[in-house]
Amino acid sequence: MNAEQRIPAIQIENAGDPDFRARARKSLKDDQLRRNFRTAMDSLMTKRAVAFSDADERERLREMGNRIRARALSKLPELLERLETNLTRNGVKVHWAETVEEANNIVLEIARAHEAKQVIKGKSMVSEEMEMNHFLEGHGIECLESDMGEYIVQLDHEKPSHIIMPAIHKNAGQVASLFHEKLGVEYTKDVDQLIQIGRRTLRQKFFEADIGVSGVNFAVAETGTLLLVENEGNGRMSTGVPPVHIAVTGIEKVVENLRDVVPLLSLLTRSALGQPITTYVNMISSPRKADELDGPQEVHLILLDNGRSQAFADSELRQTLNCIRCGACMNHCPVYTRVGGHTYGEVYPGPIGKIITPHMVGLDKVPDHPSASSLCGACGEVCPVKIPIPSILRRLREENVKAPDDPQKVMRGQGSKYSRKERLMWAGWRLLNTSPTLYRVFGFFATRLRGLTPSNIGPWTQNHSAPKPAARSLHELAREHLEGKR
Amino acid sequence: MSAKANILAKLKKSLEGTTPIVDDYDVSLVTQPWSYAPEQRIARLRQLMEAVHTEIHLTTDAGWPTLLEQLLHDRQLPSLLIAPTTPYGQRFTAHCAGREGLPTLKAYDRPVEDWKDELFNDTPASLTGTLGAIASTGSLIMWPTREEPRLMSLVPPVHFAILKASEIHDNFYEIQQKFQWAAGMPTNALLVSGPSKTADIEQVLAYGAHGPKDLILLILEDA
Repeated sequence: MNAEQRIPAIQIENAGDPDFRARARKSLKDDQLRRNFRTAMDSLMTKRAVAFSDADERERLREMGNRIRARALSKLPELLERLETNLTRNGVKVHWAETVEEANNIVLEIARAHEAKQVIKGKSMVSEEMEMNHFLEGHGIECLESDMGEYIVQLDHEKPSHIIMPAIHKNAGQVASLFHEKLGVEYTKDVDQLIQIGRRTLRQKFFEADIGVSGVNFAVAETGTLLLVENEGNGRMSTGVPPVHIAVTGIEKVVENLRDVVPLLSLLTRSALGQPITTYVNMISSPRKADELDGPQEVHLILLDNGRSQAFADSELRQTLNCIRCGACMNHCPVYTRVGGHTYGEVYPGPIGKIITPHMVGLDKVPDHPSASSLCGACGEVCPVKIPIPSILRRLREENVKAPDDPQKVMRGQGSKYSRKERLMWAGWRLLNTSPTLYRVFGFFATRLRGLTPSNIGPWTQNHSAPKPAARSLHELAREHLEGKR
Repeated sequence: MSAKANILAKLKKSLEGTTPIVDDYDVSLVTQPWSYAPEQRIARLRQLMEAVHTEIHLTTDAGWPTLLEQLLHDRQLPSLLIAPTTPYGQRFTAHCAGREGLPTLKAYDRPVEDWKDELFNDTPASLTGTLGAIASTGSLIMWPTREEPRLMSLVPPVHFAILKASEIHDNFYEIQQKFQWAAGMPTNALLVSGPSKTADIEQVLAYGAHGPKDLILLILEDA
């Protein structure tokens, strides 16, 4: 079979692989998947580097981005209330949801009030958290993705493998086969033609939709403005054509002032795609006014918590919420590039996924997330808002092995990798290294009994020779040396 | 308790005993690297917008209707959507009045619901003004109004936009301050930096995703 005609890479729903490790092993063997990711990530890294050609400006801007996000979080409750007040004054209805279930029910209520049958969605990662498509379909409402990448993965019953480039795991040949099979169009690998097929199909859907759903990149408290960035125009279509617009966002996306978006916007588009700006920056502050001729009659904003307040409660983990969802951390991650987005098995893949997902689903659900990293530090180095991802990963490793009776409850599912045996071993190790007598006795026997050490120790000896203690310890040799001098 | 009360209570509890971080916004960082001499602004805007396939024509306040007529003819566009009460809409209507063989002018003068089908399926091109432009990012500024609704710059496959050269500003920060955006935002404000595009398939750039396939910008050099 021609490699290009092979469609499914990994389908999460029916992959049947229970954990990260099993999925990673499978992805690592998928040559095509690895080629698709490698090519894409290399190109995204180069584009970012070119867009930030002045290192001094880049570093100062990252610092500024960090300060703006940290400032917003340092007064988050106040800013959320100010945002609500200003949006309400502008005519936008604001809803609050602690869980994805609550958020979905709010969407359903609005849909029912309008007897909606068709929903068209711009790109929104929060709606992925909610699994909104699936939920609405269960209630007889079609919910269609309109971002080209999202549309492709939805058509193939997959989930996005990258937060900015949802279909990056597929190549043009795979998309061609998918469109041919699912849409009944002639097989073509020409990207322009494929995009035109998507455009034709989705235009009709924008035209028909009863409700448009979108995410939010920045919610400005000062003016009550929802700012969305995009290149395709599907965000503008989703928020401008249907009679009702529902925006869904996490509670952390608020910024204090309109001017705060200037550096954040620059950091976002340059970090994500190496672009000075996206084709469209869409700022929505109210529904259609009485004398206006188009735009939605109703605009709703749903503010979703879904574990964010748990991250917020700890001053170190709170920095996770600085994130502006640019995807640069995954583009630069050696692990992500090799295993691909689906291996993470959750909505947010890559480094940011590893530190935000445990708050959303519980650390026990994703016990391998904190350790699926070489701690090379690339993610922290490129993060436009300077989230110290490597140190947060180390912190989550600690949370992961906390004893069940630890009085400090930091996060749901903490201590999922706690093992008494491991604890005991570390306690023994500590004792050995802090007691000089014990250490000398150990050193004596370890060198004298070196012949008894095993020559086969699991994965290590697959590629390395087995470690053997030296015949004499360094201590002993040093002592002899000094005595000989006397 | 309501979801709102619960969320706010949790957040407030987490912040107990802390003080908000001070606003140390660095204006120079978002302005100095992005400042241009007046004569450089058109060139900068042009360079960035053409890099993403915007078609740009330099013309004059007196000359643009004739140029637009020529461009419509070259592209064999049968009709053009105009905003009938804006100065540009009126100028072009006057330019076409009483002449044969020109594209039909359609006026966006009623709610979209009354002619949505025609807008989507039989409106190949539109003409709008702009509120100015941003040289640093190569962006047009649009604040759609009752007179010039937002779908004009989105649904028709070809979008003609007119920009006065004197209204090209350096950067986004300057625009926000100069025109006091924070004091009152419109229903919808837009920055548009080219025709719609996507790189979602294999990172191959393709134009004409969901919005206009062509953005044609007429810059009035003497206005």
